[in-house]
Amino acid sequence: METPSKDGDIELPEYSGPILLYNENVVDHFTNPRNVGELSDSETDGFGLVGDPSCGDQMKLWISVKAKRIDKIVFKSFGCPGAIATSSMLTDLAKGQPIYVAKCITDDDVIDALGGIPERKKHCSLLGVLALQAAIKDWESRQASDGEQV
Amino acid sequence: MIYLDYNATTPLDHRVFEAMVPYMNNHWGNPSSPYSFGNQTRIAVEKSRKRVADCLGCKPVEVVFTSCGTESDNLAVRGVAHALRNRGNHIVTTAIEHHAVLQTCKALETEGFRVTYLPVDSDGAVSLEDVETSLCPETILITIMHANNETGVLQPIEGISALAKERGITVHTDAVQSAGKLQCRLCELGSDLISISAHKFYGPKGAAALYIREGTPLEPLLAGGPHERNFRAGTENVAGIVGLSHALDLAAEASDSECRRLRNLRDRFEKQICSMVPRMKINGRSAQRMPNTSSMSFESVDGESIVFGLDLKGIYVSTGSACSTGDPEPSHVLLAMGLSPKEAQGSIRISLGKNSREDDIESAAAALADMIKRLRGISSTESAAH
Repeated sequence: METPSKDGDIELPEYSGPILLYNENVVDHFTNPRNVGELSDSETDGFGLVGDPSCGDQMKLWISVKAKRIDKIVFKSFGCPGAIATSSMLTDLAKGQPIYVAKCITDDDVIDALGGIPERKKHCSLLGVLALQAAIKDWESRQASDGEQV
Repeated sequence: MIYLDYNATTPLDHRVFEAMVPYMNNHWGNPSSPYSFGNQTRIAVEKSRKRVADCLGCKPVEVVFTSCGTESDNLAVRGVAHALRNRGNHIVTTAIEHHAVLQTCKALETEGFRVTYLPVDSDGAVSLEDVETSLCPETILITIMHANNETGVLQPIEGISALAKERGITVHTDAVQSAGKLQCRLCELGSDLISISAHKFYGPKGAAALYIREGTPLEPLLAGGPHERNFRAGTENVAGIVGLSHALDLAAEASDSECRRLRNLRDRFEKQICSMVPRMKINGRSAQRMPNTSSMSFESVDGESIVFGLDLKGIYVSTGSACSTGDPEPSHVLLAMGLSPKEAQGSIRISLGKNSREDDIESAAAALADMIKRLRGISSTESAAH
């Protein structure tokens, strides 16, 4: 056992508070992110990969589409707590929605649904939105090429 | 809570607090007042100066009290540059300095000074050869830190001072992270100016000092009264100064055994993390470094998410220096050591101190390993199916 220095022991103040400026909802989505995962190639109808060069964050998002509705949506994220929480919330918002609705989800919608995030973290919420739009675009182009083949 | 960020700041030692109380209470006179009541505080300031001088290994007249490490750094770097602008315009520093030095150098560049930012090796240390080749007849100042705040890596200050002495170049050393933590009389490093800050060694915030070797050319930052031998105008922070000297004294007493205790704990922490977490590295591991500091990089995770996740569990660590938290830029120190921006982004620093206990270290290591595992599970840069 290490013996700590005897004299001069300093009482540290009791502090266990919620954290920085993130609200409970953000903490929850960071701690228990929804819809984390990957889809296999056969399940995937659209895939989006985006990076935020300003902070180095990266996100991958997969969708499967049934009757022009988002049937499955999963993501993986390399990034800060803000990026993880907003990505999680975005997938919750988009799940089960018709494509035309999912397409219109904005970063503000995600932030509102979380009850706000710190100002300097607002750019993080764009990452998920852009990944979803990229995945939808991918689905659309797959649709178009399928159409041509017919 | 488990506090593992002693390089950011330390709690005030209760004995230091007790020593300060009279000067926030009954002894509130101005040290510059001409009557006996003010004289009590004058005596306290001068006794503190003597105490600090004894700890550093210099004369009392060579100690100037300031308000923070940043002020000491600014006074040293700007002060020498301005005093010697007629002799030369070249300053040598490193890419891994604290922002207090780096930003001061940047500001001096806009005034026409030329600054060389020396690289460091992959272990985070500057080489004496690089320092030597950077010097030219116009070089007036070398400002290089003692211990790096993020990695704890020690720089070869004695060698640098020797090089500078041969050429008549002034040397400043930011020793904010090593003062009171290493068994070493800082003035033996040979520098002409040395910055220290009380809150890094269980003293109060808002109290710092600059050692100025007698005869070192220096212009003050502030215009005003003749306080601190004309180097630092403004009424002295008497309680803070008393606290600083008391804290430095206590730190010097304890530092040898405390160094060994902290090194053991730190090494144990690193060993545990290395055994539990694959694809990680310890930055500056084979360099000479502070016994209390560990900088670690983990593949595929973001440092801020680690810090936040541990914060939720009551464990306090940091990404880089406390000053750059909230800064989306990856650590300039780690980039200078050759880490990629992604590696730097996945880095955290732990720094131990007086209250660090073995069981805390064990719980923290376990919690950190868990956190890395969880974050890697949701990371898009982990290769699974895609």
